Amino acid sequence: MTKMKYMNRYWRVGEPMVWLSGAALAVTLLTAIVLLAVIMMNGLGVFWPSELQELRLKDGSQVVGKLIRSEPTSDNSGLRRQYKIANRDLYGLDFRWIDEDQIVSEQTPDQLLVLERVEHGDFYGVLKGLDAGTGNALSATVDDLSEALGMVESELGQLSELEDKLKAASYRIEQIRLKTLKLDFQNVAENDPDRQKLNDEKQVFSQKFGNLVELQTKRTEKARQARAIFVAANGQESEIVLADIFQVYAPNQMSISDKVVFYLKKLAELFVGEPRESNTEGGLFPAIFGTVMLIFVMSLFSFPLGVVAAIYLREYAKDGILVRIVRIAVNNLAGIPSIVYGIFGLGFFIYGIGHGIDSFFFPERLPTPTFGTGGLLWASLTLALLTVPVVIVSTEEALGAIPREMREGSYALGSTKFQTLVRILLPMASPGIMTGLILAMARAAGEVAPLMITGVVKLAPALPIDGNFPFFHLDRKFMHLGFHIYDIGFQSPNVEAAKPMVFVTTLLLVLIVLIMSSVAIHLRNKMKKRYTFGTF
Amino acid sequence: MTTSRIENPIIQVNDLKFYYPGNARALHGIDLSFPEKQVTALIGPSGCGKSTLIRCFNRMNDLIDGCRIEGEVILEGESIYDQNTDIIELRRKVGMVFQKSNPFPKSIYENVIYGLRIAGEKDKKLFDERVETSLKAAALWDEVKDRLQESALGLSGGQMQRLCIARAIAVNPKVILMDEPCSALDPKSTARVEETIKELRDDYTIIIVTHNMQQAARVSDHTAFLFEGNLIEYGLTDQLFVKPQNQQTEDYITGRFG
Ligand SMILES: Nc1ncnc2c1ncn2[C@@H]1O[C@H](COP(=O)(O)OP(=O)(O)OP(=O)(O)O)[C@@H](O)[C@H]1O
Ligand SMILES: [Mg+2]
Repeated sequence: MTKMKYMNRYWRVGEPMVWLSGAALAVTLLTAIVLLAVIMMNGLGVFWPSELQELRLKDGSQVVGKLIRSEPTSDNSGLRRQYKIANRDLYGLDFRWIDEDQIVSEQTPDQLLVLERVEHGDFYGVLKGLDAGTGNALSATVDDLSEALGMVESELGQLSELEDKLKAASYRIEQIRLKTLKLDFQNVAENDPDRQKLNDEKQVFSQKFGNLVELQTKRTEKARQARAIFVAANGQESEIVLADIFQVYAPNQMSISDKVVFYLKKLAELFVGEPRESNTEGGLFPAIFGTVMLIFVMSLFSFPLGVVAAIYLREYAKDGILVRIVRIAVNNLAGIPSIVYGIFGLGFFIYGIGHGIDSFFFPERLPTPTFGTGGLLWASLTLALLTVPVVIVSTEEALGAIPREMREGSYALGSTKFQTLVRILLPMASPGIMTGLILAMARAAGEVAPLMITGVVKLAPALPIDGNFPFFHLDRKFMHLGFHIYDIGFQSPNVEAAKPMVFVTTLLLVLIVLIMSSVAIHLRNKMKKRYTFGTF
Repeated sequence: MTTSRIENPIIQVNDLKFYYPGNARALHGIDLSFPEKQVTALIGPSGCGKSTLIRCFNRMNDLIDGCRIEGEVILEGESIYDQNTDIIELRRKVGMVFQKSNPFPKSIYENVIYGLRIAGEKDKKLFDERVETSLKAAALWDEVKDRLQESALGLSGGQMQRLCIARAIAVNPKVILMDEPCSALDPKSTARVEETIKELRDDYTIIIVTHNMQQAARVSDHTAFLFEGNLIEYGLTDQLFVKPQNQQTEDYITGRFG
């Protein structure tokens, strides 16, 4: 009897509900935290210069590598370890599993070097000699190597300056070519002064271009003369052109502080550097830039469009069956698979509008498309279409949540509908509208599928913003972190070697979304404070 | 039915019928006139149409889709339901204070000058001057003069209501409509608002809806008793409360029903 009473009380107080809702929240949080932890654990350690081990195996061979992980063997008789052994050009594989019972001894000799190369991934080995371009190699120390590398680096710096000039010149030549095409199209006579001028210009630039190319070839040849000879773990010698070496370090000689500095440098490179080796190495700058710009341009379209549409629905349209249908439709738009938006973007924006622009403004360039192909503008518009329902719904809700007295108060003082909207309703709704924008941005940042057919590429030749008039080139193709993940994770020739980069890229994408949302949330809280309570 | 006609009224209501959407009639033909620069109280049981009636005077009911109005409301000789009535102009002439105070989420200063701003006024000196006179008229100046730039949402309920009164006065209306302005206030704040009303009486015509008999008796010159959408009795407040002509009125003010 008393137990029954107790149970009754238990139910009445609502204890089970508390537990249930608490548990639901905990599960959600836990999955999110685990996901983040996995990404962080895998992503943050990528650039740590861990030590190189030299193993002697039972069969007499030698292996040099970085320990990645160890796990029980398939027959559970012992442990096996995975090593990154690098030297892809010599061994064919970057990774190797070694059973622990095969290992006779392991050491960490100081003279082992890691070379980060422009091609073929890392090289692990020992320096044997240096050939400064004379043809015969002399024995050398690591310091000699660094010195030689420094010299090569300055030469490479000059080369890249040259390359910039080349790019500028070729850009000008391309512009001239397009102008000539236009004149052709307009059937301008051969002896027209405009044509003459263009021809002269072309001559000048072509001359310049030719000179630059010649210079480049010469300099490149010179820069590639210096070589060094290294010995790999299996005794094979490898001659490597110094210009192909990106960085050399001896992890076994580094102190903890050296390693921290190294790590931070690598992180910095990630943010500002260009990708190397089909995106599996190097920086992510173009992808970061593309992602941020994509979201930015997308907001520029979807934010005003969504807000104005919501204003119409909530404030101006007569509340009838039609408005209700539109509202349901808008809500359901969010449920359409994003690839469908992508296809729509391709069909409508690119083939429809883009092609229209081309045949109207740039008919002389056809069949080479200018706007009639994927690009940042079309991808942004497609994403804007995808996120506009989110903005509409939250704006509508925010407007609807404003008490009727506010409108009446404003009208009673003789204000028009528009004045009430601008001076009272929109400021009051602004926190809610911001929430919508945050959600829209987060959604857009995570979309990849629609981008793949509207303009994302694995390697863009140029950023969408540069110093060439008109500075913003929204017709250009762009790179994107989300696509980057897909590309290096599943499309790269060496998936195992690219795995760390997948996690790093994911981490970055999460970070970008986090930063953007934080800024927006900060703004929203400021607005909330301003329009609900407190001082000005 | 007593005489509801007086000489030179500022508002004259002729056979006013009001229908909410779905043809629900809320007013069944009201004839009533309001004397200038006096306080008129509207009393009656809940749901009898007091709010509906005063919201006809500044065409607030226009905001309701599908409502319908018949009859006439004449403000200073002009019918306000005429085709070419300027509603904006009308609402500037006929201010309103609501039951629930509704200051805008702006500073106290901006709240007071809101009506001027939307009328296109930009003169800073005029703003300062109006803020001071209106807040003084609403008996709020002393309390807020040092915090004019602070948010109006930080005021107390009574202060907010007086701010709404100040806001209504700032545009220099002819008539101020008040729909149960004190229903959410404590006795002290109520007393202050009543004080304000008494002071405003010299310059403005005030129409106040109230459920509080004592309040009606204290502040008003005339009182109208409404019941189920009909005007039952109208007269000088002193007479109506002391010697009501109509049985229903008597029952209501003595608290026998309603
Ligand atoms: N928006 C509306 N739509 C339909 N009917 C309404 C609406 N507003 C009020 N009514 C109806 O009209 C009648 C009069 O309402 P009104 O608000 O004028 O009463 P009131 O005298 O102000 O009452 P109270 O003293 O409770 O404020 C009521 O029967 C009410 O149900
Ligand atoms: Mg009412």
